[in-house]
Formats: sequence, structure tokens, C-alpha cells
Amino acid sequence: MDIKLQQVSYAYSMGTPFEKRALFDVDLEIPSKTYQAIIGHTGSGKSTILQHFNGLLKPSKGEVHIGERVIVAGKKAKELKPIRQKVGIVFQFPEHQLFEETVLKDIMFGPMNFGVSPEEAEQRARDLVGLVGLPNSVLEKSPFDLSGGQMRRVAIAGVLALQPEVIVLDEPTAGLDPRGQREIMDMFYQLHKEQGLTTILVTHSMEDAARYADNLAIMHEGRCVLTGAPRDIFADAKTLESYRLELPRIIKFQHKVEKLMDKKLSKICLTEEELALEISHSVKRESDEQ
Amino acid sequence: MMEKMIFGRYIPGDSFVHRLDPRSKLVFVFAFIIIVFLANNTITYGLLLAFTLFIILLSRIRLYFLINGLKPVLILLVFTFLIHIIFTREGNIVFELGFFKIYEEGVRQGIYISIRFVVLVFVTSVLTLTTSPISITDGIEVLLNPLKKVKLPVHELALMMSIALRFIPTLMDETDKIMKAQMARGSDLSAGPLKDRIKAVVPLLVPLFVSAFKRAEDLATAMEVRGYRGGEGRTRYRKLKWDWRDSISLVVLIALAALLIYLRT
Repeated sequence: MDIKLQQVSYAYSMGTPFEKRALFDVDLEIPSKTYQAIIGHTGSGKSTILQHFNGLLKPSKGEVHIGERVIVAGKKAKELKPIRQKVGIVFQFPEHQLFEETVLKDIMFGPMNFGVSPEEAEQRARDLVGLVGLPNSVLEKSPFDLSGGQMRRVAIAGVLALQPEVIVLDEPTAGLDPRGQREIMDMFYQLHKEQGLTTILVTHSMEDAARYADNLAIMHEGRCVLTGAPRDIFADAKTLESYRLELPRIIKFQHKVEKLMDKKLSKICLTEEELALEISHSVKRESDEQ
Repeated sequence: MMEKMIFGRYIPGDSFVHRLDPRSKLVFVFAFIIIVFLANNTITYGLLLAFTLFIILLSRIRLYFLINGLKPVLILLVFTFLIHIIFTREGNIVFELGFFKIYEEGVRQGIYISIRFVVLVFVTSVLTLTTSPISITDGIEVLLNPLKKVKLPVHELALMMSIALRFIPTLMDETDKIMKAQMARGSDLSAGPLKDRIKAVVPLLVPLFVSAFKRAEDLATAMEVRGYRGGEGRTRYRKLKWDWRDSISLVVLIALAALLIYLRT
């Protein structure tokens, strides 16, 4: 499902003296089955933008295209439920949305809201628990007896149980330990590849954006200031800096290596693995030449 | 959804009214509420209305906020107005339709009562709009201090009030967030039969309670860690200062009361 924002503006508390504009004429196109990262500083409007992807917020100006549906500013949008089933959002700290007596029931809550039969919903829950890396025994436990990291995984399973075509992730790993972060991000990436999901990652982690995303969009003070492939965007450190963003650690490291070796590597490497390979190639070529 | 709440909101500013001591403002408003009931004829009500407008001008608050503060009591206002118009049977008849009659005195009483309502709401709104919640509680604490003699836990009450006020916006934000998260999971709070809607509140309330309790616990720990042990011997960061402005405003109020007593019939 393609998602397209056209000249979208949004203001909180419209029409009151407390009106605060959060988005200014944002244009963004997210083709089906791509991995889009939206990066920006706190207060850049990235959390506002993500709520437009399933109609939780309606644009004050402009249009939002979600698959076949168009949400236009100023017009009443009816029947948003089908959209919400197709676009799942994992909010920041999703563990705050848990409420049922057991983990099983909580995961089943979403699908049952969309009219999935209890048997089917239960099946989905049982399948998902393993996928998010939890033992089957948690299903009968109260979600409030779990650890923070486990609760996070349950909440994520609760969104995945909707079987959305588009999944929107708002800082999904905030507050987790490094290993948990990596596990969860890898799981989303695997889902993205295997099930052909469109994935939208809202983050301020340049490292995650570099590692996983096909496309980046940089937000700055409510505007979408830069879009493109990670390699192109990270090639220009100056521009990034003007938006108060840094290069991913791995690229900074690459710059250091290049300085030490006194030569440029053939491409910008987005992950540790890639860089290691590139360096070894480069060293090999050098020794071959000698 | 929650962003539209304006009533009771503090608007920072630097007017005469803003700079008054919260104690004098509280005493002023409290006394004013009583004085309002002295008015009983056109002159006195006119005087009250003029005085209220004068306060509003002094506070430099845009009328928008005050009108907004009036909205929650609008139904009450209209209701009392109608009651007076319909049930007062004195004076000349001004309107007649079959057995339904409206008397002159009824209209007059209705208008008086409405003015009383508007004046009360405006003055109390000016208080909350020009005084930050923290200074209001500070003011209340000081004013209630004499009650410590009868073992009223004044400091604790004031603390409870300021904590409650402090957490209103936080909890509203939280409600909004949880509501959106559940809506994204297909729960629908604004449509469907009543039974379903009531059911849809559970996924909202449970997480809200959980987080509120967690917050309360964190706050208690944080206070204890920083050595909080009640009001005994506690010094103040925000010192209240009684100024010439405060004395003047109370004198003006007494003058108003005297004038009202003199002019009432």
C-alpha cells in the first residue's frame, strides 16, 4: 500500500490562541514494500506526522493518500477503521497500552476489534509470541507481571496481530538494553522482508536508519527538508549538521579509517559488516598492487 | 481532543492584576462573591458590572478567554433566567400568549440573576487566568495557616492540591496517548451502541490507572530521596510579598461594598 502526503500541514489546538503549528507543507511519498526512516530532532514533528498515516490526526491543510483512501483537510473522514487495520502503529513505549488480564487476551484485543474470530485471533497470538521472542508460557500470565522488555514485546505482538500491510514504528527500541534493541529491530526487518511489509521507522537513531532503511526523510522544525537514499544523504555531513543531526557512528568511523589509511574507500558503508568487508577488500587490493 | 480545554488555564502576563499577591487576590475574590449579593437594584447591578469590566481591563485578558470560561455554566445561566421569567408574577404584563404570561418583574429578576452569574464567573476566571496554580496554592496555604491551631494539616492539603494541579496536564497527555494507541488497535470510543462504548473505556482506564499509580510511587520516592518530611521548618523558594497594590485593591473593594450598601434599596 502506497502512502503519500501532499502539502500536509498540521496545527494543534486549531482556532484557539494556543494554536501551535507542528507541520508545514510536508510532501512525502512512501512506495509499497519499502523501508522508510523518518529522522529528526525532538520537536521536529516526526511524532505528529506518523499519526497521519492511519487517520488518527487529520491534516489541517493538504491531502494524505493511504492506498486507495484519500484524507483531505476540512472534509469529514468516515470509516477510518479499515485503514487502521491495514496500517499498524507501534507507539513509543507501547507497553503503556496493555490492559487485559492475560497476555493472550491482550494480543487478541486488536484483531477481535476488527472482527476476526476468537479462534483465529488466538492462533495469531500463539504464533506471534514466539516471533517476538517470548516463551509460550507467558500467554497465560498477566502482562503486568512481566519485565519492561517483555511487556514491550507483548505490545508489539498486539499490533502485529492486526496483520497490517504497513507498520509504523515510533522509536520502538527506546529504553531497551542494546541487545534487546538489536533483536527487536532485526525482527522487524525480517518481517519486512518476509511478509513484504511497508515499514516506516520514526527514530532519532542514525545507526538504525543507516542499517535498515531504503529511504530516509529528514524532518526539521516541522518541515520535511531532505529525502533520499541513506548513502546519498550521509555523503553530505555538512547539510545534516545544519539540521542538528550527526552522521551514524559507523560512517564517522569510516572517515577516521580513511584518514589513517590515507585513501578513500570505494563507497560509504552503512553497517559494521559492510565496512569490515570494504576495508579488507581495500587492504587486499593494496597488497595485490605491491 | 483534550487540547481544547481552556477554562481554568493560567495565562502569563504582567498586568496590574497579574502582579497582585495571590493572598490579596484570593481574599478579594472571596469577599467579592459575598458582596455581589448586596446588589438588588439597577444602579447597584450596573455598578457591579462596571467594576467587573474595570477589573478585566486592568488584567489585560482577552475577552475570548472569559467568554470561554462562561461556556460550561451557560446552560445553568439560561435555565435560571427562564425560571425567573416564567415563575415571577409581579408587575405589569409585558407579553401574553394564552395562559402564558411574562411579567416585567420576571424579566428584571432574570436579567439581575444573569448579571450576577456572569460577574461571578468573570471575576473567578480572572483569578485563575492571572494567577499560576502554584501561587494560588501558596496563597491558600498561608491564608489557612491559622487553622493549624485546630490540627488541620494545612501544609499537606496545599501540597496535595499543588500535586493534583501539576499532574492534570500530564494525565491528559497520557489519556490522549493511550486513547490513540487503542484506537490504532481498532477500539472505537466515539461510535457504536452505548454498551460497546462503555466497554471501550476499560482499555483506556486500566493503563491510565497503572501509570498514575506508578507516577505517584516515583514521585513519593523522589521526594523522600530529597529529604522531604512535611512542612515543619520548611523555607520557601517563592516568597509572597504584600505590596501597595494589594492594600489598594482591598481598600477599593471595601469602598465598593460601602457604596453598594448605600445605594441598595
